[in-house]
Amino acid sequence: MTNKKPFEGIRIADFTWHLTGPFTTKHFSDLGAEVIIVESRRRPGWRRGAPRTGSNDQNCTSKLSVTLNTRDPRGLDLVKKLVAKSDIVVENFAGGAMKRMGLGYDVLKEIKPDIIMLSTSMQGQTGPYSSHPGSGHKLTALAGFSNILGWPDRKPAWIAAYTDFIAPRYAILALLAALEYRRRTGKGQYLDLSQYENGIQFMSPLVLDYVANKRVATRMGNNSAYAAPHNAYRCQGEDRWCAISVFNDEEWRSFCKVIGKPAMAANPKFGTLLARKENEEELDRLINEWTGKRSAEEVMNLMQAAGVAAGVVETGEDLMEKDPQLKHRGTFTELEYPGDVGKYRTQAGPHFLMSKYKYELKVAPLMGEHNEYVFKGLLGMPDEEFARLVKDGVID
Amino acid sequence: MTMQREGMLSPYRVLDLTDEKGLLCGKLLGDLGADVIKIERPGGDPARSIGPFYHDEPHPEKSLFWFALNTSKRGITLNIEAADGQEIFKNLIRNADFVIESFPPGYLDKLGLGYSALEKINPGIILVSITPFGQTGPYKDWKTSDIVAWGMGGDMAPWGEPDRPPVHFSHHSQAYLHAGADGALGALTALCHRHITGEGQQIDVSIQEAVVHCLEHITSNWDFRQAFAKRGEARNPTVGHQTILIWPCKDGWVSWSHGGNSVLAPSLPLIKWMQAEGMSNAFLDEFDWNRPDFARIPQDEMDKIDEPTAKFFMTKTKAELLEGAVKYGVMMYPVATTDDMLENRQLKARNFWKELAHPELGVSLTYPGAFAFSSEIPISITRRAPLIGEHNQEIYEELGISRDKLLILKQAGVI
Repeated sequence: MTNKKPFEGIRIADFTWHLTGPFTTKHFSDLGAEVIIVESRRRPGWRRGAPRTGSNDQNCTSKLSVTLNTRDPRGLDLVKKLVAKSDIVVENFAGGAMKRMGLGYDVLKEIKPDIIMLSTSMQGQTGPYSSHPGSGHKLTALAGFSNILGWPDRKPAWIAAYTDFIAPRYAILALLAALEYRRRTGKGQYLDLSQYENGIQFMSPLVLDYVANKRVATRMGNNSAYAAPHNAYRCQGEDRWCAISVFNDEEWRSFCKVIGKPAMAANPKFGTLLARKENEEELDRLINEWTGKRSAEEVMNLMQAAGVAAGVVETGEDLMEKDPQLKHRGTFTELEYPGDVGKYRTQAGPHFLMSKYKYELKVAPLMGEHNEYVFKGLLGMPDEEFARLVKDGVID
Repeated sequence: MTMQREGMLSPYRVLDLTDEKGLLCGKLLGDLGADVIKIERPGGDPARSIGPFYHDEPHPEKSLFWFALNTSKRGITLNIEAADGQEIFKNLIRNADFVIESFPPGYLDKLGLGYSALEKINPGIILVSITPFGQTGPYKDWKTSDIVAWGMGGDMAPWGEPDRPPVHFSHHSQAYLHAGADGALGALTALCHRHITGEGQQIDVSIQEAVVHCLEHITSNWDFRQAFAKRGEARNPTVGHQTILIWPCKDGWVSWSHGGNSVLAPSLPLIKWMQAEGMSNAFLDEFDWNRPDFARIPQDEMDKIDEPTAKFFMTKTKAELLEGAVKYGVMMYPVATTDDMLENRQLKARNFWKELAHPELGVSLTYPGAFAFSSEIPISITRRAPLIGEHNQEIYEELGISRDKLLILKQAGVI
């Protein structure tokens, strides 16, 4: 173990707004980078507008916050001074917005030649749809996911802003690679990411199925092409479910023993995968009868003990209060935010554990909490000027 | 050695031992320019039996699933359970930066190839381990599958219909893709750390936890309000009415929700479009979209908004709805199918798609292209997925193994 942080010495100017952007910079802040959120009290944005939604408290851990009116030329000038001292700039406005603010890559590059700037928007910075404002809630439909979620005899199901959890992974990856490239060559770069194009990466086998076979992928409920049983089964209690999947004959025999029907393993209706697929509805009915008399946890434990993949369909309560594996890994950290938010829990920015570094999360910042540290300390602004800019509402 | 295109990660070598649970990790590092060597068991990786298949012919060299997740990798076959195979693997470790694996926890240790053994050979080595639940903890030896990971990761309970079980995405595993991507983030984070400390380390990715990192609303809803959403259209107990999230249109579906003046779903741009086409009505024209209580308006009022909206959508195709959404600035998108994507104007304008030749099949296939556009250096697929053992000779000769020895190893089933 070392106390040297992976991103020690890296500074990020953070213009991000909601979900994808803040998730991206959280990876770096929770691992030791100095991430400075640039926001404004005049336009506090979605993240600040709704306390206790998680958007700020959870996604901005370990970051600093400054407040600036960038419409005032003096505010814009301060942004540029901050960029001059930064390694990375990240933004997720609608396409083209940074350019209109006078903060495009060509401008930032003049200020800091090796700056790495990353834009992540719905559809990218170029092309006919580039400036279209949107959100991941709807982009999930455009990127093809809604059409493969749900039941074949019903309409596509809803899964909120799914692509907002794909896009940050690609944004973080691009930044990590760009840092590596800068270390080697001394060069910065501009990175243009489209959440739409990021989403399609996770559709790629189905894209190829259309390209090669002209087959348009659609929804199959919980069915798998090559496993049965394969579903979520109703258990004791209100709306409790356990997912079970059986992929081969060995798992099938174990499964039959667990449900107390070892003879069923050789029943011609269910003895082979093809037979089970043929009689899947009847099989699911039989399983539901058995699971319905047991708790989801009991079903999971019995199946896993016999080598069959099974798991409780977990709710927020299961994840945060009950799951012993997530507890063991410390998946959630409790922090305390001043005022009406109070104690809250959040996931870490990094999506993995490191054998030689243990990260610690710090609470998300109050608005403008680090104005003095950044403007006086980092940028060396004299006290009188700081006071004047506060009075004039430039530092708002 | 074939010429590698210069990429952001050109100097680095990756040994990829993963199965379907971790294949994306190596692909991402390869697309960024790293020299990725996919190590398969003799005969080929079991993931080659996962469909869909080219022309629906189930064959280990025709899996489209395999094609999609193994671009930008060279491929060798090696039996790391055989003593000779282990020696060769250790030789490869000397010049490698990353090893990616998705074996059950403890498997590599038993072979004498765990992190502590690899570290002795190459102190800078970074081992990325992708497993169902992580390297330690009460569930570490449990099995997973996509539906189990999705359920236990918490991204299933609220989705689907109230009268049916919760659902997960159909087809290939989304959970494994998230875990694979997280492995790549871990690999490069550890590389950053290595530049500071001079040492490698082990990155421990849990597939369950990768799914937990697809949630925000679900955990914050519980943490702040001890609440969870029920399946079905009324998403939230604070919403006073039922409304529609996925609407039928002329040739499919469209994702839209009325939100009054909400930042994430402002209604007015859509109403303006309906007015322009003469499909609004007096109620909609006079409705106060700035009402602060929009989320709690009574059902009969919501119905009066939804009915003409539904009628409007039924006069439009998905393509028309997309063009109109852009023109009028409506935060709405159609439910696209894979054939729609290939025709999308924006993706074509950005040269997103990448044609990749498969000479063995005599065709070129269209792949999703770069995940990011760089002003400096391209990120893109460098080669199609390897055939079984395609680069055995090239790579084993680099290691100085003679052709005679290769012949022996092949007959012994080591390669």
